[in-house]
Amino acid sequence: MTAIDASYAGAAAAGNFRTCRYTGLKVEASAQSLIKANAVAAVVFLAIGGVMGLLVALTRWPAVHLLPSDWFYLVLTGHGANVLLFWIIFFEIAVLYFASAILLGSRLATPRIAWAGFWLMIVGALMTNVAVFQGDSSVMFTSYPPMQAAPHFYLGLIIFAVGALVGVGVFFGTLVIAHGERTYEGSIPLVTFGALTAAIIAVFTLASGAIILIPTFLWSVGLISEMDPLLYKVIWWGMGHSSQQINVAAHVSVWYAIGALTIGAKPLSEKVSRSAFLLYILFLQLASAHHLLADPGMSASWKIVNTSYLMYLAVLGSMIHGLTVPGALEAAQRRNGYTKGAFEWLRKAPWGNPAFAGMFLSLVMFGFIGGISGVVLGTEQLNLLMHNTIYVPGHFHGTVVTGTTLAFMAMTYYVLPLIFQRDIIWPKLARIQPYLFGLGAAGISLFMMGAGTLGVPRRHWDMSFTDAILQFELPSGGFLMMGLNGLSAVIASAGGILYILITVGTVLWGKRLDKGEAPLTFPLHKRAATVAEYGSHATVKLPGTIILVTIFFVSFVLYYFVNWKYLSELWLMR
Amino acid sequence: MAITPPENRLWWNEPIERVEIGWIVVAFLWGLFMFFFMIAWHFIGGQNLSTETYRITPAAYEQKVADFAEKYQVGDEMGVPIVRPPVGEDVYLLGRLWEWWPILELKKDQSYRFHLSSVDWQHGFSLQPVNINISVHPGYEQIITFTPTEAGEYGIACNEFCGIGHHLMTGRIRVVE
Repeated sequence: MTAIDASYAGAAAAGNFRTCRYTGLKVEASAQSLIKANAVAAVVFLAIGGVMGLLVALTRWPAVHLLPSDWFYLVLTGHGANVLLFWIIFFEIAVLYFASAILLGSRLATPRIAWAGFWLMIVGALMTNVAVFQGDSSVMFTSYPPMQAAPHFYLGLIIFAVGALVGVGVFFGTLVIAHGERTYEGSIPLVTFGALTAAIIAVFTLASGAIILIPTFLWSVGLISEMDPLLYKVIWWGMGHSSQQINVAAHVSVWYAIGALTIGAKPLSEKVSRSAFLLYILFLQLASAHHLLADPGMSASWKIVNTSYLMYLAVLGSMIHGLTVPGALEAAQRRNGYTKGAFEWLRKAPWGNPAFAGMFLSLVMFGFIGGISGVVLGTEQLNLLMHNTIYVPGHFHGTVVTGTTLAFMAMTYYVLPLIFQRDIIWPKLARIQPYLFGLGAAGISLFMMGAGTLGVPRRHWDMSFTDAILQFELPSGGFLMMGLNGLSAVIASAGGILYILITVGTVLWGKRLDKGEAPLTFPLHKRAATVAEYGSHATVKLPGTIILVTIFFVSFVLYYFVNWKYLSELWLMR
Repeated sequence: MAITPPENRLWWNEPIERVEIGWIVVAFLWGLFMFFFMIAWHFIGGQNLSTETYRITPAAYEQKVADFAEKYQVGDEMGVPIVRPPVGEDVYLLGRLWEWWPILELKKDQSYRFHLSSVDWQHGFSLQPVNINISVHPGYEQIITFTPTEAGEYGIACNEFCGIGHHLMTGRIRVVE
């Protein structure tokens, strides 16, 4: 991207700070190196976990059926740990440091402790990987007892979580320092507010993880004789589901950040966007019950209250962002001069900028694929239709891959010039990367959801049941869907490999940007010099956004009732 | 911008855009509707999972299922007993590494008290092609009143990963007119 739009700002500020030549932000040296370290670690674990994901998809592609069964279960376990935990949480720690130290122009709190946290995370991640590759810990990401993994599988996860908790603590410390040293005026920026939401959720998520993983570890070394499988599930999902809400808060922050950096988007109103983040903090911990809807022993009222996050108030938070993010983009584009019709702002958006393209695809697909399917899957009775079928991974690939991973990939295209100070190599390939990955990931999600609707089980090596004693056949549509899922995984992998090559290549060989020519100012794409009054009331009618959310809402309602129709045709049960 | 502090220090005093208020109201009402629809389905719908559950040791459950199978066995297939319980009788099915045992023969449109548990690890009861999916735990005996509404051969897959033979774990329910 030839310096995204080449330029230069000037001498570094005094002390450990430099001034970012693009944004004018003060960047402290230790914050910069920690962001670099965490981002690099994230990408390495994405590469490992991504290869495993491709192997899983190629095995579940009936015509290919690549791996033998024991390897399949091993690789599937590793895939979950590496991409769902290690890639995402390393990147989130980088986001937290960026949203605190960099955006607030502050020094990072206790860099040494932050490094200690980083190394704990590395040690934990490696330990768990070693346990998985040794072959006796193929217990999947959920590791439900009485199935047992090697002790260092659990210990690795615990150490990793402690390291992540240290990183979260450093983030809080940095907020305190920035406030105390008055490095910013007034309130923290919205992106930092979103990151703070993610960090608060992370604290009680990691606490749940500790409450369950520590006894599980003790059980695996023989100090505790029995684990109750149901109790384990209840507490484990206190970590398992809310960890995904950290991701949601983090990637929604990233959406706002990219919108601001690329086209100068401001929130329509700070009050609404911030309240939506608050809803996450207040209501999402209940969501862990989503995973227990088909389990015995819990009352229907407990399930209803919990699965609806108490009347869907956390879903409300996401639906609000689903309007305010595209609304902010439309408002900004209209200010930038694209005012014709309902959709000129969208047609003439910077689609050639991989950060923007990745962010927008993430926004749309997270809403339509991950969001709608999540609510349907998490409805007390509808859950019967798809519980533990491959619909479930279909849903969470919609949230975590098309949502979080794609948003983080998009953010990388700004992290590279702003933090690593390198120009992105292969700009043309970078331009297609988010489309390739996004298209593939959307295919993975949709085809797995389709296969799950037809009854294909999840975490299952042989959907044809060839060697089973009592054989039966799943519908042929399920086989077709799993084939298309394999094809989509190949496309997504091409996008993933491209991402790895571009980021690694840029870090190693990208043109250095710390010296150069004329200044460049963010946002990158701003035509109108004057910006309207803060907030939206002075600026906008948002016909495009209204049409988009209407389409979203109609799809949501239709899909919801289609599933009730399916449910009503099942055997009667009570 | 979203990456800079709000220009208005008292951001909570800002006016809210009309379109935002409209959307919040719509989304909130939809949330309320979805919440109450789950409750309503307990009255208007025929598919609600029972919460009747008892603690039981795996050995005791295994014995109950064995007694049940012996009492009503009518044949066998591949070494697995085929069991035809009388209408209205309690029906037992157990999951273990790696089978659903025994094969059941039920009558269409008749209600059965259906007992479900595991004697070792967690398993997933996945009835095909109707796609009814229920989690099964060792130590917990869940009772669901099922009324099969279509005759035919049904397969049971395990859809909770339970180790290296997970994909071999199948079972069968036959529904006759």
